[in-house]
Amino acid sequence: MKGQSNVPLQNAGGVGKEPGSSPAQVVNRPKPPGRTKHLLTLVIILLLLWASAKQTDASFTELFEGFPNMLDLLREMFPPRWSYFDNIVQGMLETIRMALIGTTIGAIIAIPISIICAGNLMPSRWIYYPARFLLNLIRTVPDLLLAALFVAVFGLGPIPGILALAVFSVGLIAKLTYETLETIDQGPLEAMTAVGMNRIQLIVYGVVPQLAAQFTSYVLYAFEINIRAAAILGLVGAGGIGLYYEATLGFLEYDKTSVIILFTLVIVLIIDYVSTKLREKLL
Amino acid sequence: MMKNETSRIRPKPRKNPLRWVIVLLLILVYVWALAGVPFTGFKETAGQIMKAIVAGIFSPDWAFVYLPEGEDLLRGLLDTLAISVLGTVISAVLCIPFAFWSARNMSGHRSISGAGKMVLSFIRTFPEIIMALLFIKAVGPGSFAGVLALGLHSIGMLGKLYADEVENIDYGPSEALLASGANRMQQLWFAILPQVMPGFLNYTLYRFEINVRSATILGVIGAGGIGTPLIFALSTRNWPRVGIILLGIIVMITIIDLISGYIRKKLV
Amino acid sequence: MIELHNVTKTYANGTKGLDNINLKFKEGEFIAVVGLSGAGKSTLLRSINRLHDISEGEILINGSSITKAQGKRLRMIRRDIGMIFQSFNLVKRSSVLRNVLAGRVGYHSTMRTILGRFPKEDIELAFGALDRVNISEKAYSRADQLSGGQQQRVAIARVLAQEAKIILADEPVASLDPLTTKQVMDDLKRINQELGITTIVNLHFIDLAREYATRIVGLRAGEVVFDGPVEEATDDRFAEIYGRPILADELLDKQAVHEQGEVVV
Repeated sequence: MKGQSNVPLQNAGGVGKEPGSSPAQVVNRPKPPGRTKHLLTLVIILLLLWASAKQTDASFTELFEGFPNMLDLLREMFPPRWSYFDNIVQGMLETIRMALIGTTIGAIIAIPISIICAGNLMPSRWIYYPARFLLNLIRTVPDLLLAALFVAVFGLGPIPGILALAVFSVGLIAKLTYETLETIDQGPLEAMTAVGMNRIQLIVYGVVPQLAAQFTSYVLYAFEINIRAAAILGLVGAGGIGLYYEATLGFLEYDKTSVIILFTLVIVLIIDYVSTKLREKLL
Repeated sequence: MMKNETSRIRPKPRKNPLRWVIVLLLILVYVWALAGVPFTGFKETAGQIMKAIVAGIFSPDWAFVYLPEGEDLLRGLLDTLAISVLGTVISAVLCIPFAFWSARNMSGHRSISGAGKMVLSFIRTFPEIIMALLFIKAVGPGSFAGVLALGLHSIGMLGKLYADEVENIDYGPSEALLASGANRMQQLWFAILPQVMPGFLNYTLYRFEINVRSATILGVIGAGGIGTPLIFALSTRNWPRVGIILLGIIVMITIIDLISGYIRKKLV
Repeated sequence: MIELHNVTKTYANGTKGLDNINLKFKEGEFIAVVGLSGAGKSTLLRSINRLHDISEGEILINGSSITKAQGKRLRMIRRDIGMIFQSFNLVKRSSVLRNVLAGRVGYHSTMRTILGRFPKEDIELAFGALDRVNISEKAYSRADQLSGGQQQRVAIARVLAQEAKIILADEPVASLDPLTTKQVMDDLKRINQELGITTIVNLHFIDLAREYATRIVGLRAGEVVFDGPVEEATDDRFAEIYGRPILADELLDKQAVHEQGEVVV
């Protein structure tokens, strides 16, 4: 058999480091697996770490020295200036609106796109491979970047934010949806084809009922993510509460900043909670 | 006595009133949302700018890829990559204690694991960018602040995923170890860790993919990486440069995704 | 030598898992514990190494009370007791060798085991154990690549590496096919005879119990209703233990059904 030797035990593989010098055992003991692959991986990882540390000028001394600064900062952030709340309520509402509309638009557009990307619904590989490729392309661009670009085109305000969130949502929802589409039960679809339905009818009567719950769950998930994103897009001028970060930090009014942060946290937690409960109900 | 009629007796489907209430609520919400958005029509320059952007993207500033004096695309991307690698690895290591703290089956009392979960939740909901801003105050602008922000935020995200993994383990092997006289630490090392390691690694790589994307943005607020030259190019309307940077980002992320996906497949 | 004195286990809802059990197991015996599902076989076994705590009574292992032991003392007593499970309980992604070495963990300090510095003697012990169950060629295979019977043999090797003086086997063959069942039971019997290790096995199959054990303990609703040499365990006595005549699927070898004639199918 491969890998066996009648030689005394040499090295015990993953455990124990002493080389064995036991009396010659005439028993078939397998050779321990080579360790070069593991060693190589370890070396590569360490190298990567070291290189990254060099590149980013990572230095723990800096961290320690900077610690008092951070504590100062935290001290200035508390207690939060609760009166600032009134100023930002509008901004928060705008954030929620942006997330809502952006997710919805994204969800609507994602429907046809996910269908185009689904391997089992499209006749030809030439359709769904490029479609998926384009979708992946869209997903590589971070939402803040998209927002910055849209701001350059459309100016400041919530519109570029909505568009950026919509594009992002399409990417997220369509990917999740087409992956689910490919796992649906083919049975009902076959039955319907046998009855003579065309592709569109197939999709409406065969696919949609199976997917509706999952799809809604994905939309809710995207909404959860978008509400967090929407809270920040303002940093590049794309509307929402993010705008106020710039203002408060610029003026070093950290106690106002902490109000923004806390408010955002509360809203996100509430929406997360509601959304999770809804998603549980759906599935 | 059976009726002679052949009419089918169908039970009336009960209309669910709750459903209509929900639909109504949704409609109201959307009306409110759309009403609040000031749609003043697109800027006249919008079309122009879009054309310029598209033009810039399709004839990117290739010279920017490599400049001998530094501050070029490659260095920016390398920076971004370094930030993500360091940040992800740090968080992967540091979140393990948090994960075990939050796992219902590892902590003595439910309130203990509940507390752990809350801490992770808090870290998770705290926006990364804001963390970066705060860290910049502490260690100054630059990549290191980005590493710290990314690392801390990822602890929140990875910690939850790890905790889920720990909560799903098979108790059998650790019971066997307990029966043979092992102590808690040994149980952890021999029975529990080998079970959760593949999951941990998988989630770490997944998180790495996301972190590379986040790292590209950190530069926007000055935390290092390619974000800084990008925001500069944007504000100076240097579309060809924006184009090449976008291209670089897309290529880098795609390559990372491919490599990471390949490794994750090998893990299973 | 295992002694159970007035052992009772009462659950929160009042049911008694074990009811005033008094048993003595001598060194080198091969005991089969039989009874219906829920009769308390598993509870009994797991009380012996205190994976389950008892409500009343005391259990002595070679003179030391495991009931009163804590911390290091408890671990040391457990070290002498090996356990084999129905679901094998191997670490699936670890190698066979590592799984067997896990049995040695109780003998070393935490630091040493975590660093993986098992001494030469331990490795030799591990391979010796693997040899005894004829599976050393699989030493470096991942545990989940083995068949059920092979995995159970690795579990036995783990217990041997542990140098246990007592083996508790909780339905060790319930998940195995008849041929593998015989192999594993043969292994257990051989180890019991060659090494003199006290072996207590929970079994579902009556004919297996009769074939391999020297002594049979029958449980019903947490009480010992039979305790005697295997010769005394006739079908009638079994019917007493079960509270009803035995069924065909309580016999491994269905051939016996036809020969006996009086068994209810």
